[in-house]
Amino acid sequence: MNTRVDEILKSTIDVPLPKYSAKDFSTDQDVRWCPGCGDYSILAQTQRIMPDLGIPRHKMVFVSGIGCSSRFPYYMNTYGFHGIHGRAAAIASGLKIARPDLSVWVVTGDGDGMSIGGNHFIHLMRRNLDLRVLLFNNQIYGLTKGQYSPTSEMGKVTKSSPYGSVDYPFNPASLALGASATFVARTLDRDPKHMQGVIKRAAEHKGTSFVEIYQNCNVFNDGAFFQFTEKDTKDDTVVFIEHGKPLVFGKEKDKGIRLNGFSPEVVSLKDGKYSVNDLLVHDEKDTTLSFILADMTYKPHLPRPVGILLAVDRPVYEAEMERQIAFAREKRGVGDLKKLLNSGETWVVQ
Amino acid sequence: MSQKTIETVDEVTIRFAGDSGDGMQLTGTQFTNTTAILGNDLSTLPDYPAEIRAPAGTLFGVSGFQIHFGSKEIHTPGDHCDVLVAMNPAALKVNLAGLVDGGSIIVNTDGFSDRNLKLAGYAQNPLRDGSLDKFRMYEVDISKLTALSLQDLNISSKFVDRSKNFFALGMMYWMYGRPLETTIEWLKGKFKDKPDILEANIRVLKAGWNFSETTEIFSVRYEVGPANLAPGRYRNITGNQAVAWGFIAAAKKANMELFLGSYPITPASDILHELSLYKSYGVKTFQAEDEIAGVSSAIGASFGGALGITTTSGPGVALKTEAIGLAVMVELPLVICNVQRGGPSTGLPTKTEQADLLQALYGRNGEAPVPVIAAATPSDCFDAAFEASRIALKYMTPVMLLTDGYLANGSEPWLIPDFDKLPDISPTFVTNPEGYMPYSRDETTLARPWAVPGTPGLEHRIGGLEKQNITGNISYDPENHDLMIRLRAEKIQRISNDIPMATVEGSPSGDLLVVGWGGTYGAIKTAVIRQQKKGASVSHLHLRYLNPMPKNVGEILTKFKRILVPEINLGQLVKVLRSDFLVPATGFNKVRGLPFRSAELEREIEEILKGIK
Repeated sequence: MNTRVDEILKSTIDVPLPKYSAKDFSTDQDVRWCPGCGDYSILAQTQRIMPDLGIPRHKMVFVSGIGCSSRFPYYMNTYGFHGIHGRAAAIASGLKIARPDLSVWVVTGDGDGMSIGGNHFIHLMRRNLDLRVLLFNNQIYGLTKGQYSPTSEMGKVTKSSPYGSVDYPFNPASLALGASATFVARTLDRDPKHMQGVIKRAAEHKGTSFVEIYQNCNVFNDGAFFQFTEKDTKDDTVVFIEHGKPLVFGKEKDKGIRLNGFSPEVVSLKDGKYSVNDLLVHDEKDTTLSFILADMTYKPHLPRPVGILLAVDRPVYEAEMERQIAFAREKRGVGDLKKLLNSGETWVVQ
Repeated sequence: MSQKTIETVDEVTIRFAGDSGDGMQLTGTQFTNTTAILGNDLSTLPDYPAEIRAPAGTLFGVSGFQIHFGSKEIHTPGDHCDVLVAMNPAALKVNLAGLVDGGSIIVNTDGFSDRNLKLAGYAQNPLRDGSLDKFRMYEVDISKLTALSLQDLNISSKFVDRSKNFFALGMMYWMYGRPLETTIEWLKGKFKDKPDILEANIRVLKAGWNFSETTEIFSVRYEVGPANLAPGRYRNITGNQAVAWGFIAAAKKANMELFLGSYPITPASDILHELSLYKSYGVKTFQAEDEIAGVSSAIGASFGGALGITTTSGPGVALKTEAIGLAVMVELPLVICNVQRGGPSTGLPTKTEQADLLQALYGRNGEAPVPVIAAATPSDCFDAAFEASRIALKYMTPVMLLTDGYLANGSEPWLIPDFDKLPDISPTFVTNPEGYMPYSRDETTLARPWAVPGTPGLEHRIGGLEKQNITGNISYDPENHDLMIRLRAEKIQRISNDIPMATVEGSPSGDLLVVGWGGTYGAIKTAVIRQQKKGASVSHLHLRYLNPMPKNVGEILTKFKRILVPEINLGQLVKVLRSDFLVPATGFNKVRGLPFRSAELEREIEEILKGIK
């Protein structure tokens, strides 16, 4: 059974993959983010890695909700859908189920994805559709001019919380893991190289890949992540985690993370008590470990884990659906509506 | 064996009533299928509580199924029933008011225990106090007889209790001369792996029949001949099933994949269940996490080139509202099927109502016009779903399809359409990048071109922000916004060039025109025909297209002295007719969660006409 869309796709099968450069992925639209916004870096890194993915531009779709981050699709020279607040995950799910052949990317923010779209977010994670989610976390509502967001720290003074926010924040990575995500990563807007690596891995993952990107909003929440991104502090506040490697950090690479029971603790590699061999070694296939690592977030005595927390395989939603359709067709033949209408109990009036 | 008289009648209404766990819906459905195959015309009304298994014996736990069938044309499930089968005192009490004077009551006397009488609020046993003297009473120990018929089988008492409905069904089959074969065949299919259960059910069914044939309790049986239906092959169909099949047919005829994004909600869930069966037809059903994801996923699927649909009821439409506005803005096809139920809020989930018309027409932020189509009968739901899909695809717009709880669960015989004669409704996808503009428009329909992801050279971005005419770029230009609002409105208005003119049933002019829409068709038609037969100057106009309306509606309205608009709401279509056509239409409104009775409509028509004379 060939639909019209199938015919279009068939006709394009022989179109050779063009040799792209990053520029091929930018549009003629003026980029309207505030000067100095962290979003510029995310856009640049994304455009930079696109040519390496081996996917033609016309097979890519960027879907977004509402918020500063959600302007992203207008600036990507691919197919794009700027949806409504919080619903990008749902729009993208329908698109991916209808069209498994497409490379679908969801771009969202901490308000769009964690607050109004929180429900769609967790269900997307558990279903494991084969698509990417880039969450720009700036811990503030930027587009509506500076209210506290579901990832803002407690006590945050904003226009809507003049006495300080009494909301406890979400940790997006833990939320994604709790919702059974198969790929969870964190990266930083001011670390282009790291970001490129993480987004590339996310693109290659078979299943829903979730990437939280710490993004500076220089207008309403300037410096929220500077302790993790700026030269003078980042070495002691961030632990970059890599599969198969011990968790070492510090300017002199003199600190590490060791598991004490189930609790991670910082140990010194200088005083002779512990060596690298005592440290926790990251295994991105270990779901239990991913929970422990994600839980380090917001703990003041622990460095912030950045990198790929988890990357495991699980059946992909739309592939399972296609499998059921194939199975039904094998068992019953391709559906014939004429037969269906006349099936069951019918009778003839002469 | 006693001699039984046979009486011929041209129509009968039977109501099966019992606890919600008594299997009354199943009993009614079986009786319906057998009756349909005999060639009677029929209409049914399931009437059940929202609770799945409400406490046994209580008034609120009563589940009923009414079937009106005959050798003449049947348009409603019947105002009143002629026969009431009551499995317990609560079923009797709840349904007694719906029984005609002199009607028959068949009661399961075993169900009339002291406890059940008390639960139903009877101070004394109504079977003994003479309060039922004006009815023909048939008291049968149904539970006991069912148990006796199964006593040599090793079967649990729980099962025995559950199969007593088949004894009642067997009795009704005997009384109305229906064969047992249809139900026996159905049982064989259902219990093919459980031979003992199959045997037991068939035995109970036959026991009910034989008991009626043998004992002196019934002296009369009735004959209802086949109705004079148009020739062809028929099947019985409910509104929900017809909606599902209408969508499958539309996708087939559009050469597209069907995508349903839906969240379970009474009374629309059966459409989701039905469509989930048809994987081999390439139907993709997505049970979303909520109503919003249901509609949003359908919009996403449409963007990808599928026929995206979502099915729900009023509360769900409320949640989907913002996304419907998005579909208006991005101009993608989408069908939203609202199986209306009693509102507001959670309201009466299992009952019928027509109170979402204004929501369908106007319930969005901004100027967001949407075509609205309403089905008139259960089988008409097929055509309405097909037509809604056709309009959505041709005009690149969300379309609201209205049915209701009565149409959804009610059933009637359906002359099976010839699939080959259904029109081709394939959309044209753009493939040529030359001169492609996402918001250029077809000169006739004003629809924008549809380019699906995967087409080289047509990469473009759409979204909920206002679009610049032709290019589709974001635009805050005041004149452009005004233009786009008018273009979107004009596009919907132009659909009136592409739909049939409205037709009046009866004389094209006269004293009174009764205007209806949706599921009230049968009740209005019955009332109007009765009055016409009595010589009254009354006609019937039933609107399928509520937005835009057929071009001749305004003219039709001017040909009558009075216009009456019966609706199961407080007057919604009447408001639209008054404001659009400046006519002094009046409403007739009852909002009880039930279909209109044709007799009450007839009385209203009569009174208005008296006033005119």
